[in-house]
Amino acid sequence: MSGVRLLVGTRKGAFVLTSDGKRQDWMVEGPLFGGWEVFHVKASPADPKRIFASLSKGWFGQVIQRSDDGGKNWEPIGNEFAYGAGPGNHLWYDGSERPFEFTRIWQFHPSREDPDVVLAGAEDAAIFRSEDGGRNWDELTSLRASTGSGWQPGAGGLCLHTILSNPADPAQLRIAISAAGVFGSEDSGKNWKPMNRGLSSEYIPDPDAEIGHCVHRIANHPERPEVLFMQKHWDVMRSDDGGANWREISGNLPSDFGFAIGVHAHEPETVYVVPITSDSEHFPPEGRLRVYRSRTGGNEWEPLTSGLPQENCYVNVLRGAMSLDDLDPCGVYFGTTAGQVYASADDGDSWTEIVRDLPAVLSVEVQTLS
Amino acid sequence: MIRVRLPEQLRTLAGVGKEVGVEVAGEITLRGVIDAIEASYPMLRGTIRDPATGRRRPFIRFFVAEQDYSNLGPDDPLPTALSGGREVLMVVGAIAGG
Repeated sequence: MSGVRLLVGTRKGAFVLTSDGKRQDWMVEGPLFGGWEVFHVKASPADPKRIFASLSKGWFGQVIQRSDDGGKNWEPIGNEFAYGAGPGNHLWYDGSERPFEFTRIWQFHPSREDPDVVLAGAEDAAIFRSEDGGRNWDELTSLRASTGSGWQPGAGGLCLHTILSNPADPAQLRIAISAAGVFGSEDSGKNWKPMNRGLSSEYIPDPDAEIGHCVHRIANHPERPEVLFMQKHWDVMRSDDGGANWREISGNLPSDFGFAIGVHAHEPETVYVVPITSDSEHFPPEGRLRVYRSRTGGNEWEPLTSGLPQENCYVNVLRGAMSLDDLDPCGVYFGTTAGQVYASADDGDSWTEIVRDLPAVLSVEVQTLS
Repeated sequence: MIRVRLPEQLRTLAGVGKEVGVEVAGEITLRGVIDAIEASYPMLRGTIRDPATGRRRPFIRFFVAEQDYSNLGPDDPLPTALSGGREVLMVVGAIAGG
């Protein structure tokens, strides 16, 4: 029987939540790596027992751990992320120049074909590739070489937080950097170009600015990779041409600020967001935790509230903290900064709290197990 | 043998007790000791010093015999009392918080 495994990264360790295909009863294991900030835990689609975990800590820097047995045993692997050729500096908050310095890995993107190949998105923003299962990492330097000298961090840091690839053409990549924007490559990362046309950000005076847009998350459906959905700082956006042009689809959302966005596994026009009140009030509007679903590819959104707290709820849902499984009906999962993880086994119609009182949830990834 | 006392997080990561012993040939320096730690415990590579720059991580401190050697140059000599385990090199995670 099929099942699911949630890989949950938190401020103080990682947790593994498992269930069968019904997704009603859950087993919670953890913490793994107690005390470490775990920004991302991600399994390889090519080898579901291989899992990568990004641990970091202000005291001790970055540690990458890998499991080859589905999370039972872990070993530290390569944590040398050396910046290669390219601009030495990016812009700092005050407009001065500041050297690119590695802080942590925000996201892994393991290859669908080869379990030894994995991409990693870093803060300060850069993309690294490993071809030996994460033991050694090389920067794909042309990303920073393109426009990196003009990147300036947002409040969350200059982080490369999202990596998407096209299953039919793995050379086609789309990545997103907080406060820099979306960038695309058609040749496995040898060349990159900004893809932010149509984005509008009130803190950027030039409406045609090529970079500088605070993209919080992008998502797509693997069978229709040319359609991209974006939760920007403000605005929910959509592109129908692989990111070349964007248009707003915020429609009737109570707030178009937010962090997380996800696409249904079987319905490419069904999209999920969690509206957050504003950039200064990082909690749901009216203290009601609502996931909003559009079944029309945007603009028309319906609130999903059954099983979610509808009063006195002032949590946040961070950009990496939503994930969807491949089962039918589609399972939807998200974690909060107050340590709850919610699950829906019916496309979002109803929700249950799998676990509460974990440390603040940074990331949620679901694995559908056969 | 040089005795090194590690902070709790690094002990857990390396699967060791409070103290480890490492061998350092020749003059005892921070670079030599950390090289030896990383050789014996590869999982600690990069946790005490930045692997790219070689700089001590800002919240790490090095104490020997009640003296702070955190800002000692990587190739400057540490106290000879470390030799033979008469004193301990303490790798300390600084307090940060309220």
